[in-house]
Amino acid sequence: MEWAAANAGRILSLAGQHLVLAIVPLLLGLVISLPLAQLVRRHPAWRTALLTLSSVLYTVPSLALFIILPVVLGTRILDPVNVIVALTVYAVALLMRSALDSLDSVDGELSLAARALGHTAVSRYFQVDLPLSLPVLIAGLRAISVSNISLVSVAALVGMPNLGILFTEGLQRDFVTEIVVGLVAILVLALIMDLLLVVLGRVLSPWARFASGAAPRKPVTPARRAVRG
Amino acid sequence: MSLFEQTWAWLTDPLQWSGYSSIPTRLGEHIFYTLLTVAIASAIALPIGAYVGHTGRGRVVVVAIAGALRAVPTLGLLVLFVLLSGIGLMPPIWALVILTVPPILAGTYSGIAAVDPVVVDAARAQGMREFQILFGVELPNAAPVIFGGIRAAVLQVIATATVVAYTSLGGLGRYIFDGLALSDYPQMLGGSVLVAALAVVADLVLGVLLRRLGPHSVSKRELPAPEVLKEGMP
Repeated sequence: MEWAAANAGRILSLAGQHLVLAIVPLLLGLVISLPLAQLVRRHPAWRTALLTLSSVLYTVPSLALFIILPVVLGTRILDPVNVIVALTVYAVALLMRSALDSLDSVDGELSLAARALGHTAVSRYFQVDLPLSLPVLIAGLRAISVSNISLVSVAALVGMPNLGILFTEGLQRDFVTEIVVGLVAILVLALIMDLLLVVLGRVLSPWARFASGAAPRKPVTPARRAVRG
Repeated sequence: MSLFEQTWAWLTDPLQWSGYSSIPTRLGEHIFYTLLTVAIASAIALPIGAYVGHTGRGRVVVVAIAGALRAVPTLGLLVLFVLLSGIGLMPPIWALVILTVPPILAGTYSGIAAVDPVVVDAARAQGMREFQILFGVELPNAAPVIFGGIRAAVLQVIATATVVAYTSLGGLGRYIFDGLALSDYPQMLGGSVLVAALAVVADLVLGVLLRRLGPHSVSKRELPAPEVLKEGMP
Protein backbone atom coordinates (compact mmCIF):
# COMPACT_ATOMS: atom_id res chain seq x y z
CA MET A 1 0.00 0.00 0.00
CA GLU A 2 2.75 2.42 0.97
CA TRP A 3 4.53 1.76 -2.27
CA ALA A 4 1.32 2.32 -4.24
CA ALA A 5 0.64 5.58 -2.36
CA ALA A 6 4.19 6.81 -2.90
CA ASN A 7 3.98 6.06 -6.62
CA ALA A 8 0.34 7.03 -7.14
CA GLY A 9 1.20 9.67 -9.73
CA ARG A 10 3.17 7.29 -11.89
CA ILE A 11 0.60 4.50 -11.55
CA LEU A 12 -2.19 6.85 -12.59
CA SER A 13 -0.32 8.08 -15.62
CA LEU A 14 0.47 4.47 -16.64
CA ALA A 15 -3.21 3.63 -16.13
CA GLY A 16 -4.15 6.54 -18.38
CA GLN A 17 -1.86 5.30 -21.14
CA HIS A 18 -3.22 1.81 -20.58
CA LEU A 19 -6.81 2.99 -20.99
CA VAL A 20 -6.09 4.89 -24.20
CA LEU A 21 -4.42 1.83 -25.73
CA ALA A 22 -7.41 -0.31 -24.73
CA ILE A 23 -10.30 2.00 -25.63
CA VAL A 24 -9.22 3.43 -28.98
CA PRO A 25 -9.14 -0.04 -30.62
CA LEU A 26 -12.58 -0.77 -29.14
CA LEU A 27 -14.08 2.31 -30.81
CA LEU A 28 -12.19 1.77 -34.07
CA GLY A 29 -13.32 -1.85 -34.09
CA LEU A 30 -16.93 -0.80 -33.74
CA VAL A 31 -16.68 1.87 -36.44
CA ILE A 32 -15.04 -0.56 -38.87
CA SER A 33 -16.95 -3.77 -38.20
CA LEU A 34 -20.52 -2.46 -38.23
CA PRO A 35 -20.53 -1.08 -41.80
CA LEU A 36 -18.44 -4.03 -42.94
CA ALA A 37 -20.93 -6.50 -41.46
CA GLN A 38 -23.81 -4.66 -43.10
CA LEU A 39 -21.99 -4.69 -46.45
CA VAL A 40 -21.26 -8.41 -46.52
CA ARG A 41 -24.44 -9.51 -44.81
CA ARG A 42 -26.31 -10.42 -47.98
CA HIS A 43 -23.32 -11.79 -49.84
CA PRO A 44 -22.53 -15.31 -48.60
CA ALA A 45 -19.21 -15.58 -50.43
CA TRP A 46 -17.85 -12.29 -49.07
CA ARG A 47 -19.24 -13.12 -45.69
CA THR A 48 -17.45 -16.46 -45.52
CA ALA A 49 -14.23 -14.94 -46.83
CA LEU A 50 -14.29 -12.14 -44.28
CA LEU A 51 -15.16 -14.43 -41.38
CA THR A 52 -12.37 -16.81 -42.36
CA LEU A 53 -9.89 -13.95 -42.60
CA SER A 54 -10.99 -12.63 -39.20
CA SER A 55 -10.60 -15.98 -37.54
CA VAL A 56 -7.12 -16.42 -39.01
CA LEU A 57 -6.08 -12.94 -37.85
CA TYR A 58 -7.65 -13.56 -34.46
CA THR A 59 -5.47 -16.65 -34.12
CA VAL A 60 -2.19 -14.75 -34.42
CA PRO A 61 -0.77 -14.25 -30.90
CA SER A 62 -0.59 -10.63 -29.77
CA LEU A 63 3.13 -10.52 -29.01
CA ALA A 64 3.87 -11.80 -32.51
CA LEU A 65 1.50 -9.25 -34.02
CA PHE A 66 3.13 -6.40 -32.04
CA ILE A 67 6.42 -7.34 -33.68
CA ILE A 68 5.18 -8.16 -37.18
CA LEU A 69 3.07 -5.00 -37.55
CA PRO A 70 5.90 -2.44 -37.49
CA VAL A 71 7.31 -4.14 -40.58
CA VAL A 72 3.95 -4.11 -42.34
CA LEU A 73 3.06 -0.55 -41.33
CA GLY A 74 6.56 0.91 -41.54
CA THR A 75 6.33 2.20 -37.97
CA ARG A 76 8.96 2.03 -35.26
CA ILE A 77 8.66 -0.85 -32.80
CA LEU A 78 7.78 1.44 -29.88
CA ASP A 79 5.07 3.30 -31.79
CA PRO A 80 1.71 3.03 -29.93
CA VAL A 81 0.10 2.74 -33.37
CA ASN A 82 1.29 -0.89 -33.50
CA VAL A 83 -0.64 -1.81 -30.36
CA ILE A 84 -3.70 0.11 -31.48
CA VAL A 85 -3.73 -1.52 -34.91
CA ALA A 86 -3.12 -5.00 -33.45
CA LEU A 87 -5.93 -4.69 -30.93
CA THR A 88 -8.21 -3.15 -33.56
CA VAL A 89 -7.62 -6.19 -35.74
CA TYR A 90 -8.75 -8.45 -32.90
CA ALA A 91 -11.70 -6.20 -32.13
CA VAL A 92 -12.87 -6.18 -35.76
CA ALA A 93 -12.40 -9.95 -36.00
CA LEU A 94 -14.55 -10.57 -32.94
CA LEU A 95 -17.13 -7.85 -33.57
CA MET A 96 -17.67 -8.92 -37.21
CA ARG A 97 -18.99 -12.23 -35.95
CA SER A 98 -21.05 -10.59 -33.17
CA ALA A 99 -22.48 -8.04 -35.57
CA LEU A 100 -23.44 -10.64 -38.16
CA ASP A 101 -24.93 -12.96 -35.54
CA SER A 102 -26.87 -10.14 -33.93
CA LEU A 103 -28.21 -8.77 -37.21
CA ASP A 104 -29.25 -12.31 -38.13
CA SER A 105 -31.03 -12.67 -34.82
CA VAL A 106 -33.33 -9.73 -35.56
CA ASP A 107 -36.74 -11.14 -36.33
CA GLY A 108 -37.41 -10.99 -40.08
CA GLU A 109 -41.03 -10.01 -39.53
CA LEU A 110 -39.93 -6.99 -37.55
CA SER A 111 -37.83 -5.80 -40.47
CA LEU A 112 -40.78 -6.32 -42.79
CA ALA A 113 -43.08 -4.46 -40.40
CA ALA A 114 -40.61 -1.59 -40.28
CA ARG A 115 -40.57 -1.52 -44.06
CA ALA A 116 -44.36 -1.51 -44.13
CA LEU A 117 -44.33 1.46 -41.79
CA GLY A 118 -42.34 3.35 -44.35
CA HIS A 119 -38.79 3.12 -43.00
CA THR A 120 -36.13 3.54 -45.65
CA ALA A 121 -33.28 1.05 -45.61
CA VAL A 122 -31.04 3.49 -43.73
CA SER A 123 -33.56 4.50 -41.10
CA ARG A 124 -34.58 0.87 -40.66
CA TYR A 125 -30.97 -0.03 -39.97
CA PHE A 126 -30.47 2.70 -37.38
CA GLN A 127 -33.90 2.58 -35.76
CA VAL A 128 -34.78 -1.10 -35.90
CA ASP A 129 -31.95 -3.49 -36.76
CA LEU A 130 -29.15 -1.80 -34.85
CA PRO A 131 -31.03 -1.18 -31.58
CA LEU A 132 -32.37 -4.73 -31.59
CA SER A 133 -28.92 -6.19 -32.06
CA LEU A 134 -27.51 -4.10 -29.21
CA PRO A 135 -27.49 -6.81 -26.52
CA VAL A 136 -25.32 -9.10 -28.63
CA LEU A 137 -23.07 -6.21 -29.66
CA ILE A 138 -22.64 -5.12 -26.06
CA ALA A 139 -21.73 -8.69 -25.12
CA GLY A 140 -19.08 -8.64 -27.85
CA LEU A 141 -17.77 -5.26 -26.71
CA ARG A 142 -17.51 -6.50 -23.12
CA ALA A 143 -15.46 -9.50 -24.21
CA ILE A 144 -13.15 -7.28 -26.25
CA SER A 145 -12.78 -4.69 -23.52
CA VAL A 146 -11.69 -7.31 -20.99
CA SER A 147 -9.25 -8.98 -23.35
CA ASN A 148 -7.89 -5.62 -24.61
CA ILE A 149 -7.07 -4.45 -21.11
CA SER A 150 -5.23 -7.69 -20.43
CA LEU A 151 -3.46 -7.64 -23.81
CA VAL A 152 -2.20 -4.08 -23.56
CA SER A 153 0.05 -5.21 -20.71
CA VAL A 154 1.79 -7.63 -23.08
CA ALA A 155 2.96 -4.61 -25.07
CA ALA A 156 5.06 -3.65 -22.03
CA LEU A 157 7.35 -6.55 -22.98
CA VAL A 158 8.59 -4.61 -25.98
CA GLY A 159 8.88 -1.49 -23.80
CA MET A 160 5.54 0.27 -24.38
CA PRO A 161 4.62 2.33 -21.28
CA ASN A 162 1.42 1.09 -19.60
CA LEU A 163 0.49 -0.77 -16.43
CA GLY A 164 2.29 -3.87 -17.77
CA ILE A 165 5.56 -2.03 -17.06
CA LEU A 166 4.88 -2.71 -13.37
CA PHE A 167 5.16 -6.44 -14.14
CA THR A 168 8.40 -6.30 -16.08
CA GLU A 169 9.92 -3.90 -13.57
CA GLY A 170 8.70 -5.98 -10.63
CA LEU A 171 10.33 -9.09 -12.05
CA GLN A 172 13.62 -7.35 -12.70
CA ARG A 173 13.67 -5.84 -9.21
CA ASP A 174 12.35 -8.97 -7.50
CA PHE A 175 9.58 -6.82 -6.01
CA VAL A 176 6.26 -8.64 -5.49
CA THR A 177 4.34 -5.56 -4.27
CA GLU A 178 4.76 -3.82 -7.60
CA ILE A 179 3.38 -6.84 -9.47
CA VAL A 180 0.40 -7.17 -7.15
CA VAL A 181 -0.36 -3.45 -7.52
CA GLY A 182 -0.22 -3.87 -11.30
CA LEU A 183 -2.56 -6.87 -11.18
CA VAL A 184 -5.07 -5.05 -8.97
CA ALA A 185 -4.92 -1.88 -11.07
CA ILE A 186 -5.60 -3.84 -14.27
CA LEU A 187 -8.45 -5.79 -12.69
CA VAL A 188 -10.01 -2.54 -11.46
CA LEU A 189 -9.71 -1.01 -14.94
CA ALA A 190 -11.33 -4.08 -16.50
CA LEU A 191 -14.14 -4.00 -13.95
CA ILE A 192 -14.85 -0.29 -14.46
CA MET A 193 -14.93 -0.69 -18.25
CA ASP A 194 -17.22 -3.67 -17.95
CA LEU A 195 -19.63 -1.83 -15.66
CA LEU A 196 -19.65 1.16 -18.01
CA LEU A 197 -20.54 -1.08 -20.95
CA VAL A 198 -23.31 -2.81 -18.98
CA VAL A 199 -24.78 0.56 -17.99
CA LEU A 200 -24.46 1.78 -21.58
CA GLY A 201 -26.32 -1.30 -22.79
CA ARG A 202 -29.12 -0.74 -20.25
CA VAL A 203 -29.47 2.92 -21.17
CA LEU A 204 -29.50 2.25 -24.90
CA SER A 205 -32.01 -0.61 -24.75
CA PRO A 206 -34.62 0.41 -22.17
CA TRP A 207 -37.14 -2.14 -23.50
CA ALA A 208 -34.86 -5.02 -22.46
CA ARG A 209 -35.74 -4.37 -18.82
CA PHE A 210 -39.33 -5.32 -19.51
CA ALA A 211 -38.51 -8.20 -21.81
CA SER A 212 -37.22 -10.66 -19.21
CA GLY A 213 -39.58 -13.60 -19.14
CA ALA A 214 -40.72 -12.91 -22.68
CA ALA A 215 -40.53 -15.63 -25.31
CA PRO A 216 -36.95 -16.92 -25.61
CA ARG A 217 -35.21 -15.63 -28.68
CA LYS A 218 -33.08 -17.70 -30.94
CA PRO A 219 -29.81 -18.14 -29.04
CA VAL A 220 -26.83 -16.53 -30.65
CA THR A 221 -23.66 -18.57 -30.79
CA PRO A 222 -21.23 -16.95 -28.39
CA ALA A 223 -18.20 -15.63 -30.17
CA ARG A 224 -14.89 -17.17 -29.31
CA ARG A 225 -13.53 -14.89 -26.72
CA ALA A 226 -10.41 -16.28 -25.21
CA VAL A 227 -8.24 -13.89 -23.32
CA ARG A 228 -4.99 -14.07 -25.13
CA GLY A 229 -1.44 -13.62 -23.96
CA MET B 1 19.69 -6.69 -47.58
CA SER B 2 16.09 -5.91 -46.69
CA LEU B 3 14.49 -6.97 -43.43
CA PHE B 4 12.46 -9.64 -45.19
CA GLU B 5 15.57 -11.13 -46.77
CA GLN B 6 17.37 -11.01 -43.42
CA THR B 7 14.46 -12.75 -41.72
CA TRP B 8 14.31 -15.32 -44.47
CA ALA B 9 18.06 -15.83 -44.13
CA TRP B 10 17.60 -16.29 -40.38
CA LEU B 11 14.77 -18.77 -40.87
CA THR B 12 16.67 -20.82 -43.43
CA ASP B 13 20.08 -20.68 -41.76
CA PRO B 14 21.19 -24.29 -41.13
CA LEU B 15 22.26 -23.09 -37.65
CA GLN B 16 18.59 -22.69 -36.77
CA TRP B 17 17.74 -26.23 -37.73
CA SER B 18 20.00 -28.27 -35.48
CA GLY B 19 21.29 -28.07 -31.94
CA TYR B 20 20.11 -26.87 -28.55
CA SER B 21 18.22 -23.72 -29.52
CA SER B 22 17.21 -24.80 -33.01
CA ILE B 23 13.75 -24.18 -34.39
CA PRO B 24 12.65 -27.83 -34.09
CA THR B 25 13.69 -27.87 -30.40
CA ARG B 26 11.94 -24.58 -29.61
CA LEU B 27 8.87 -25.69 -31.52
CA GLY B 28 8.86 -28.96 -29.60
CA GLU B 29 9.14 -27.08 -26.30
CA HIS B 30 6.30 -24.81 -27.28
CA ILE B 31 4.04 -27.73 -28.20
CA PHE B 32 5.06 -29.59 -25.04
CA TYR B 33 4.11 -26.63 -22.79
CA THR B 34 0.83 -26.31 -24.64
CA LEU B 35 -0.10 -29.99 -24.33
CA LEU B 36 0.97 -30.16 -20.68
CA THR B 37 -1.07 -27.08 -19.79
CA VAL B 38 -4.17 -28.17 -21.67
CA ALA B 39 -3.96 -31.67 -20.15
CA ILE B 40 -3.77 -30.34 -16.57
CA ALA B 41 -6.44 -27.73 -17.21
CA SER B 42 -8.76 -30.31 -18.78
CA ALA B 43 -8.25 -32.64 -15.81
CA ILE B 44 -9.48 -29.82 -13.58
CA ALA B 45 -12.15 -28.20 -15.76
CA LEU B 46 -13.86 -31.19 -17.38
CA PRO B 47 -15.10 -32.89 -14.16
CA ILE B 48 -16.18 -29.60 -12.59
CA GLY B 49 -17.88 -28.47 -15.78
CA ALA B 50 -19.63 -31.84 -16.13
CA TYR B 51 -20.81 -31.75 -12.52
CA VAL B 52 -22.10 -28.19 -12.74
CA GLY B 53 -23.67 -28.73 -16.14
CA HIS B 54 -25.40 -31.95 -15.06
CA THR B 55 -26.69 -30.87 -11.66
CA GLY B 56 -26.98 -27.13 -12.25
CA ARG B 57 -25.45 -26.64 -8.80
CA GLY B 58 -22.81 -23.95 -8.31
CA ARG B 59 -23.58 -22.41 -11.68
CA VAL B 60 -23.38 -18.82 -10.47
CA VAL B 61 -20.06 -19.40 -8.71
CA VAL B 62 -18.48 -21.09 -11.74
CA VAL B 63 -19.64 -18.39 -14.15
CA ALA B 64 -18.40 -15.65 -11.82
CA ILE B 65 -14.99 -17.26 -11.30
CA ALA B 66 -14.52 -18.01 -14.99
CA GLY B 67 -15.46 -14.44 -15.86
CA ALA B 68 -13.12 -12.93 -13.28
CA LEU B 69 -10.23 -15.15 -14.40
CA ARG B 70 -10.67 -13.83 -17.94
CA ALA B 71 -9.81 -10.34 -16.75
CA VAL B 72 -6.54 -11.41 -15.09
CA PRO B 73 -3.61 -10.26 -17.23
CA THR B 74 -1.47 -13.20 -18.27
CA LEU B 75 1.79 -11.38 -17.91
CA GLY B 76 1.08 -10.27 -14.34
CA LEU B 77 0.07 -13.74 -13.20
CA LEU B 78 3.09 -15.30 -14.86
CA VAL B 79 5.54 -12.86 -13.33
CA LEU B 80 3.92 -13.25 -9.91
CA PHE B 81 4.16 -17.06 -10.00
CA VAL B 82 7.78 -16.97 -11.08
CA LEU B 83 8.74 -14.49 -8.37
CA LEU B 84 6.89 -16.38 -5.64
CA SER B 85 7.82 -19.95 -6.50
CA GLY B 86 11.06 -19.59 -8.35
CA ILE B 87 12.43 -20.62 -11.69
CA GLY B 88 11.57 -24.02 -13.09
CA LEU B 89 9.12 -25.67 -15.41
CA MET B 90 6.07 -25.72 -13.19
CA PRO B 91 5.51 -22.13 -11.91
CA PRO B 92 4.85 -20.71 -15.40
CA ILE B 93 2.87 -23.82 -16.32
CA TRP B 94 0.57 -23.33 -13.32
CA ALA B 95 0.03 -19.72 -14.34
CA LEU B 96 -0.92 -20.97 -17.80
CA VAL B 97 -3.24 -23.58 -16.29
CA ILE B 98 -5.14 -20.92 -14.34
CA LEU B 99 -5.75 -19.03 -17.57
CA THR B 100 -6.73 -22.16 -19.49
CA VAL B 101 -9.33 -23.49 -17.07
CA PRO B 102 -12.03 -20.83 -17.84
CA PRO B 103 -12.55 -21.55 -21.56
CA ILE B 104 -12.62 -25.33 -21.02
CA LEU B 105 -14.91 -24.98 -18.00
CA ALA B 106 -17.23 -22.62 -19.85
CA GLY B 107 -17.38 -24.94 -22.87
CA THR B 108 -18.08 -28.05 -20.78
CA TYR B 109 -20.62 -26.41 -18.56
CA SER B 110 -22.54 -24.56 -21.25
CA GLY B 111 -22.37 -27.51 -23.65
CA ILE B 112 -23.99 -29.85 -21.14
CA ALA B 113 -26.46 -27.26 -19.92
CA ALA B 114 -27.55 -26.66 -23.52
CA VAL B 115 -28.50 -30.31 -24.17
CA ASP B 116 -32.23 -30.44 -24.82
CA PRO B 117 -33.93 -31.24 -21.47
CA VAL B 118 -36.46 -33.37 -23.36
CA VAL B 119 -33.64 -35.67 -24.45
CA VAL B 120 -32.30 -35.92 -20.92
CA ASP B 121 -35.77 -36.64 -19.52
CA ALA B 122 -36.34 -39.28 -22.17
CA ALA B 123 -33.09 -40.97 -21.12
CA ARG B 124 -34.18 -40.84 -17.50
CA ALA B 125 -37.59 -42.26 -18.40
CA GLN B 126 -35.85 -45.17 -20.14
CA GLY B 127 -34.32 -46.02 -16.77
CA MET B 128 -30.80 -44.70 -17.34
CA ARG B 129 -28.84 -43.86 -14.20
CA GLU B 130 -27.47 -40.35 -13.71
CA PHE B 131 -23.95 -41.47 -14.65
CA GLN B 132 -25.26 -43.18 -17.77
CA ILE B 133 -27.13 -40.02 -18.69
CA LEU B 134 -23.99 -37.95 -18.23
CA PHE B 135 -21.70 -40.22 -20.22
CA GLY B 136 -24.18 -41.68 -22.70
CA VAL B 137 -26.38 -38.69 -23.47
CA GLU B 138 -25.11 -35.36 -22.23
CA LEU B 139 -21.37 -35.61 -22.98
CA PRO B 140 -21.81 -36.94 -26.55
CA ASN B 141 -24.38 -34.25 -27.29
CA ALA B 142 -22.24 -31.55 -25.76
CA ALA B 143 -19.05 -32.76 -27.46
CA PRO B 144 -18.89 -30.08 -30.18
CA VAL B 145 -19.19 -27.26 -27.64
CA ILE B 146 -16.70 -28.92 -25.28
CA PHE B 147 -14.16 -29.44 -28.08
CA GLY B 148 -14.79 -25.84 -29.14
CA GLY B 149 -13.78 -24.74 -25.65
CA ILE B 150 -10.66 -26.88 -25.77
CA ARG B 151 -9.78 -25.49 -29.20
CA ALA B 152 -10.04 -21.94 -27.89
CA ALA B 153 -7.95 -22.99 -24.89
CA VAL B 154 -5.20 -24.51 -27.06
CA LEU B 155 -4.92 -21.33 -29.14
CA GLN B 156 -4.81 -19.23 -26.02
CA VAL B 157 -2.02 -21.35 -24.55
CA ILE B 158 0.00 -21.22 -27.77
CA ALA B 159 -0.24 -17.41 -27.60
CA THR B 160 0.50 -17.22 -23.90
CA ALA B 161 3.35 -19.74 -23.99
CA THR B 162 5.17 -17.16 -26.10
CA VAL B 163 5.14 -14.80 -23.14
CA VAL B 164 6.47 -17.59 -20.89
CA ALA B 165 9.87 -17.18 -22.51
CA TYR B 166 10.08 -13.79 -20.83
CA THR B 167 10.66 -15.53 -17.50
CA SER B 168 12.81 -18.59 -17.77
CA LEU B 169 11.43 -21.15 -20.15
CA GLY B 170 12.14 -21.91 -23.78
CA GLY B 171 9.63 -22.19 -26.57
CA LEU B 172 9.34 -20.01 -29.64
CA GLY B 173 9.02 -16.86 -27.53
CA ARG B 174 12.74 -17.29 -26.73
CA TYR B 175 13.60 -15.91 -30.19
CA ILE B 176 11.45 -12.83 -29.60
CA PHE B 177 13.05 -11.95 -26.26
CA ASP B 178 16.59 -12.91 -27.27
CA GLY B 179 16.13 -10.83 -30.41
CA LEU B 180 14.77 -7.96 -28.34
CA ALA B 181 17.76 -8.06 -25.99
CA LEU B 182 20.22 -8.10 -28.90
CA SER B 183 18.23 -5.64 -31.07
CA ASP B 184 18.25 -8.48 -33.58
CA TYR B 185 15.07 -7.67 -35.48
CA PRO B 186 15.28 -10.52 -38.01
CA GLN B 187 15.38 -13.01 -35.13
CA MET B 188 12.37 -11.38 -33.42
CA LEU B 189 10.46 -11.29 -36.66
CA GLY B 190 11.38 -14.88 -37.48
CA GLY B 191 10.19 -16.00 -34.04
CA SER B 192 6.95 -14.05 -34.42
CA VAL B 193 6.26 -15.56 -37.82
CA LEU B 194 6.87 -19.05 -36.42
CA VAL B 195 4.47 -18.45 -33.51
CA ALA B 196 1.80 -17.06 -35.82
CA ALA B 197 2.23 -20.01 -38.18
CA LEU B 198 2.00 -22.50 -35.32
CA ALA B 199 -1.23 -20.91 -34.08
CA VAL B 200 -2.84 -20.86 -37.51
CA VAL B 201 -1.83 -24.45 -38.28
CA ALA B 202 -3.00 -25.66 -34.85
CA ASP B 203 -6.36 -23.96 -35.39
CA LEU B 204 -6.74 -25.63 -38.79
CA VAL B 205 -5.77 -29.06 -37.46
CA LEU B 206 -8.15 -28.76 -34.51
CA GLY B 207 -10.93 -27.59 -36.82
CA VAL B 208 -10.49 -30.69 -38.99
CA LEU B 209 -10.31 -32.96 -35.92
CA LEU B 210 -13.44 -31.35 -34.53
CA ARG B 211 -15.34 -32.16 -37.69
CA ARG B 212 -14.03 -35.73 -37.69
CA LEU B 213 -14.74 -36.38 -34.02
CA GLY B 214 -18.06 -34.59 -33.95
CA PRO B 215 -21.05 -36.62 -32.76
CA HIS B 216 -22.71 -36.21 -36.13
CA SER B 217 -20.43 -38.77 -37.71
CA VAL B 218 -21.09 -41.10 -34.78
CA SER B 219 -24.84 -40.71 -34.87
CA LYS B 220 -24.94 -41.16 -38.63
CA ARG B 221 -22.92 -44.32 -38.36
CA GLU B 222 -24.53 -45.92 -35.34
CA LEU B 223 -28.06 -44.64 -35.15
CA PRO B 224 -30.31 -45.11 -38.17
CA ALA B 225 -32.46 -42.05 -38.76
CA PRO B 226 -36.13 -42.50 -37.88
CA GLU B 227 -38.27 -43.74 -40.76
CA VAL B 228 -40.39 -40.60 -40.88
CA LEU B 229 -37.35 -38.39 -41.26
CA LYS B 230 -35.83 -40.61 -43.92
CA GLU B 231 -38.86 -40.30 -46.14
CA GLY B 232 -38.84 -36.56 -45.91
CA MET B 233 -35.14 -36.37 -46.77
CA PRO B 234 -34.03 -35.65 -50.32
